[in-house]
Amino acid sequence: MTQPVLDVQGLRVEFPTRHGTLTAVDDISLTIGRGEILGVVGESGAGKSMTGMAILGLLEPPGRIAAGKILLSGDRIDTLTEQQLQAVRGRRIGAIFQDPLTSLNPLFKVGDQLVETIRLHTPMTRAQARRRAIELMQEVGIPAVEERIDNYPHQFSGGMRQRIVIALALCAEPELIIADEPTTALDVSIQAQITALLKRLCRERGTAVMLVTHDMGVIAETADRVAVMYAGRLAELGTVEDVVRRPQHPYTVGLMGSIPSLRRDESELQMIPGAMPRLNSIPSGCAFNPRCAQAGPKCSRDIPRIHGEGAACWLALEGATA
Amino acid sequence: MTRPILEVDALERRFDVSAPWLNRLLERKPRRTLRAVDGVDFDILPGQTLALVGESGCGKSTIAKLVTGLHAPSDGKIRFNGDPTKMQMIFQDPFASLNPRWRVGRIVAEPLRTLFPDTTDAQAEARVGELLKTVGLSPADAAKYPHEFSGGQRQRISIARALAGEPEFLVCDEPTSALDVSVQAQVLNLMKRLQREMGLTYLFISHDLSVVRHMADVIAVMYLGRIVEIQPTADLFANPLHPYTRMLLDTIPDLEAPKRDRAPMGGEVPSPVSPPSGCTFHPRCPLSFDRCKRELPKRTPDVHDRRVACFAAAEGKTDV
Repeated sequence: MTQPVLDVQGLRVEFPTRHGTLTAVDDISLTIGRGEILGVVGESGAGKSMTGMAILGLLEPPGRIAAGKILLSGDRIDTLTEQQLQAVRGRRIGAIFQDPLTSLNPLFKVGDQLVETIRLHTPMTRAQARRRAIELMQEVGIPAVEERIDNYPHQFSGGMRQRIVIALALCAEPELIIADEPTTALDVSIQAQITALLKRLCRERGTAVMLVTHDMGVIAETADRVAVMYAGRLAELGTVEDVVRRPQHPYTVGLMGSIPSLRRDESELQMIPGAMPRLNSIPSGCAFNPRCAQAGPKCSRDIPRIHGEGAACWLALEGATA
Repeated sequence: MTRPILEVDALERRFDVSAPWLNRLLERKPRRTLRAVDGVDFDILPGQTLALVGESGCGKSTIAKLVTGLHAPSDGKIRFNGDPTKMQMIFQDPFASLNPRWRVGRIVAEPLRTLFPDTTDAQAEARVGELLKTVGLSPADAAKYPHEFSGGQRQRISIARALAGEPEFLVCDEPTSALDVSVQAQVLNLMKRLQREMGLTYLFISHDLSVVRHMADVIAVMYLGRIVEIQPTADLFANPLHPYTRMLLDTIPDLEAPKRDRAPMGGEVPSPVSPPSGCTFHPRCPLSFDRCKRELPKRTPDVHDRRVACFAAAEGKTDV
């Protein structure tokens, strides 16, 4: 097998608090290959953004990586110093966040922000960098680039701003892009434009993309493989066809069922009773067991884990609960 | 025929977004008006759900505020054929819409105390307990503060508060868009059950077509302050008439056919301060022709029974 661009092994993120240590990300293992989009999906508080932040080395203290390894094309990046990380972030890993307005500096023209980023990562002259900025803006689909390059962020619409953020992430031609809810702040028609753009860039450049979102629709449309997270753990990992159409984990089944269908008529939506546990009260065994209709005695005793594709559920792992 | 509970006729709401007058004077800037709602009409029958759907800035939330009287209309009429105190509203953000310093019991009892001043404390307490049970919470929750609840539970509290006034008509402005999908399903199911049991009428506002399909009897699609198409839900999904509706339907990711490649619709919603001439959708429309740039299409009786405002659809064109 060729080396994956991103290889996360047993990642664990902890937050020490006065009331004990909270585990926000618990034993996550996943890989992303060249030109692949991995969707990471889950509800608020599932630990999906935290996983992305840990990979970027942007955990807010006191949050810390307590266990596991993160390898970028074979190089460990979780043990780097802040200074070494600076050379990785932006150059080898690009980031796209939810709100394009807070990712851009309102006081600088977008062209200057692009030029600055390009020159930080590559030995280009100002003129070369400006030409490169124009190319990038064209590539992400901004019309009339020559006029708009000297505009300020507030002069762009939300969708156009997110395109500029994507252009910024592409400046140094990174191997990996982490996109955290890149379409959540956008309207549906713009959302479709942005996901199509991400897909095209990933295909043409061979960039690996980790797409973090709560929206199963965006995942179904964009991702090649999906990781479903629940209470900081991986619930299920598989190809998008498998996870969306033949989910194995009862949580994924419930999640898919709770989305109103566009084809079937349902008088009632399927519901998962209750809510995801808070980090300070994660039940023993499988974190989903109190909400699971099929839970057996083993489910409240032992934690089911996966380190590859499959469902972290004793029913799926052993066929029955012991 | 049943009489509609709400009749909205040629409703308009304009906002003055001009620069301050000194700037206008010095910089010779003209006055600018934003037409947030621009000639909207619809009826809602008792016990039914009408959904307004559209992208940000299309005026759907402004209509909610006009109907509930939080804004006054600039023009046009809203007739509510019922007791005005029988109208309540559920807001989008369950964190901003509950007073953080009040206990849940006081929040839910507020409409009771306002609308039925004779209610004794004991009666109010009993009624609050009953309402909390109706929405799937426990009567003991009345003693807690809003911060002790999750987003979905808070939205249930908002619903309980709305029900306290014994309403007939509920205006729901994006009631589930701040919630996770599994919680959204719980709240939508609750709203449907309450409608069945209490015969409530909903004006349901959402940007999410799959939610709207699940909830509404009739759907009105809005674009830049106007209703471009209005049809019963099943018809709208089976036979969308307006090119914008078709575009919206095409942009919803289909969970039953993952990894679909599509050519997304280009362009963006233009600024409502300076909308395009004629049909405001024409710059993005694959079917537009000369007339669309000059003239504003209306939902006239001779065209598709007032279902759609589009010249191309009126001529029976549906594809490029």
